[in-house]
Amino acid sequence: MTSIPTVSGYKPYGENARRGEKNAIFLLLEEYEALKLNDYENRIQCEAAQIMQVSRPTYTRIYMSARQKIATAFVEGRQLIIEGGKVEYSKGWFLCNDCACLFDKMEKDELICPLCKSKNLEEYFYDLFMEEASENENQDIECGRMKCRNRGHNNRNDI
Amino acid sequence: MKVAITSRENSIDSIIDSRFGRCAYFAIYDTETKETEFVKNPNKEANEGAGPASVKFIASYRVEKAVSGEFGFKIKSLMNEVNIQMIVIQEEKTIKEIVDLLNK
Repeated sequence: MTSIPTVSGYKPYGENARRGEKNAIFLLLEEYEALKLNDYENRIQCEAAQIMQVSRPTYTRIYMSARQKIATAFVEGRQLIIEGGKVEYSKGWFLCNDCACLFDKMEKDELICPLCKSKNLEEYFYDLFMEEASENENQDIECGRMKCRNRGHNNRNDI
Repeated sequence: MKVAITSRENSIDSIIDSRFGRCAYFAIYDTETKETEFVKNPNKEANEGAGPASVKFIASYRVEKAVSGEFGFKIKSLMNEVNIQMIVIQEEKTIKEIVDLLNK
């Protein structure tokens, strides 16, 4: 997992909103990540599975579960809480509060900003894969059962 | 110690290139001699694998730190293997401003 969700959940509002707050739906963090990779960052499923380090069928299962839960929350007007699940953040990144740079800490070094030498630092959850999106476009990605040459094929399961 | 900074042009006043693997130039700054050398990135137009190839490229200059706008997700493990620290600059700074920060 590369970044934490911006909020920890969503509440319904309107006339019948109160009812939905009682039996909330719990969206697991891996489900949030699966949805984000596919629908927000528009990645194909093979790629998303690789990023999450799970097999393609497992990814699809997590992703479908995410959609099912969100749809249920929408239709039944229930509260959605994002928490739990088996996730690992990309660790070891720090933000310098003085020069605003991000850096990964090397094991041998003491914790100090490599640019401005400041010690005013905080841990940071850094999203590491923006660049790769454009690079993968021309590649054939192995997706378990077959080679997906056609991007459209990957999206067939989406709907 | 040498530091690689991704650059849009080959001058000290040019702005940092936000992409690591496909940057136009690498500014190799030596903190001891205070000299900056500009080298063209041979992987700028590569179809694939520009990131990993660029890691190898800057490692051949024996740099210990790499400064860029962002790094791809394959890069971290490769950088750890060759012991290069990654520094991400989120603002549009010039090469000179970064060199000044390094000399602070």
